[in-house]
Amino acid sequence: MTMNEFRTLFQNGLDKQNAGLVQLLGLCPLLAISNTLINALSLGLATMLVMASASGAVSGVRHFVPHEIRIPVFVLIIAALVTVIDLLMNAFVHPLYLVLGIFIPLITTNCIVLARADAFASKNRPLHSVVDAVAMGLGLTMVLVVLGGMRELAGQGTLLSGIDLVFGEQSKQFVLHVLPNYQGFLLAVLPPGAFIALGLLIAAHNWQKARVEQRVHAAAPVPA
Amino acid sequence: MISQIKAAGRNALRTGMILLIFALVATALLAFTFARTQPIIERSQQAEMLSLLGQVLPPALYNNDLLASERSVPADDLLGTRQPSSVWIARHGEAITAVVLEAIAPDGYGGNIHLLVGINVDGTVTGVRVTAHSETPGLGDYIVRSKSPWIQQFVDKSLTSPAAKRWKVAKDGGAFDARAGATITSRAVIKAVRGALDYFAQHRAALIAPPAAGKDGQTEETAPVKVEPARDATPVKENSAR
Repeated sequence: MTMNEFRTLFQNGLDKQNAGLVQLLGLCPLLAISNTLINALSLGLATMLVMASASGAVSGVRHFVPHEIRIPVFVLIIAALVTVIDLLMNAFVHPLYLVLGIFIPLITTNCIVLARADAFASKNRPLHSVVDAVAMGLGLTMVLVVLGGMRELAGQGTLLSGIDLVFGEQSKQFVLHVLPNYQGFLLAVLPPGAFIALGLLIAAHNWQKARVEQRVHAAAPVPA
Repeated sequence: MISQIKAAGRNALRTGMILLIFALVATALLAFTFARTQPIIERSQQAEMLSLLGQVLPPALYNNDLLASERSVPADDLLGTRQPSSVWIARHGEAITAVVLEAIAPDGYGGNIHLLVGINVDGTVTGVRVTAHSETPGLGDYIVRSKSPWIQQFVDKSLTSPAAKRWKVAKDGGAFDARAGATITSRAVIKAVRGALDYFAQHRAALIAPPAAGKDGQTEETAPVKVEPARDATPVKENSAR
């Protein structure tokens, strides 16, 4: 795998084909769990882990899967991997499992995992597929974290609340009370807040893209 | 024509076999992981249950194995349950000191609120914890101990203190605080805790008389159980194994 391919895959995952902002895939967990930064980060990383292992596995068996039954086989692989990760998390990181527990099985239904398995991993070599999945997962995690941060700040006036559930009791001091004595803004915590915040993020992303394009046009020599 | 059908059939069979093999491999993987993680998961679930029970019962009240003391009671309107629920019996030495009841507040703002209510044998509340709820995050979830100390106000309350008609939120002329804007949640929890106390008052004899459990042949205790609170001096043998 050349450096160039590597860069292209990451550019696609993080920006051009970003799962959350451009492809708008996997919105169910995106909207459900992005009410605090820590929740968003944890589920984003869990999704990335599932995507990487699912894409690697799908790519590894791609020559044995007849075209007609590829979707059932991929769903089977993803569901089995998610269940394995669910059990492992329950056994070895129990406190985190208590927070994310009900959302882990939801990863199975996250269409970005199946989309990458079908659109990329079933046609590419395992290494490429894993890198692509990691890039896509990172892109999704980034969007989730920004969304979670926005909603947590607007909804509760804090950042990183609940960090103790992931890193233990002593990390509680890292919780940032950005707005002291904040009364809370319920809309941001509830699902509509997720839609509104995501809309703002997509708008910002499109605006940024338009500006870059404009600059490229301006720089290009004007035809006589 | 025939050969075409034969070829199609063979193809379908081959595809089916491949799907079957994938299913078998996935099942084997799941079975293996399940078998490996199950003991660990069970242990952490028990530890979690024990820590929850520990939060509704002061440690000085009991020295028995609470998990082993679990019993089942039939569904009851006072507990808000539709299915049999669990009761844990706390003992100190041989004397029963408290029970922990599972209760459900069915009229929360977001549906059922599941509670654990610890009740001393003298009828006072030793502690209440919410085990599951779907109240509005950031508004109705103050009933959870990790979010606010609200739920602690039930400690040491009983059916007589405050008086039965003051088991309400302050807004309705009762003795309990409620968070503004989320009174429905408080009302539901207060009603459920009171229901659990009523249930305990009505079933007190059956709950704290262990021989009743022995009659249906389910008792695990080999030693004859004597309910004599004044026998603190006896060494606690069968309970010391944890």
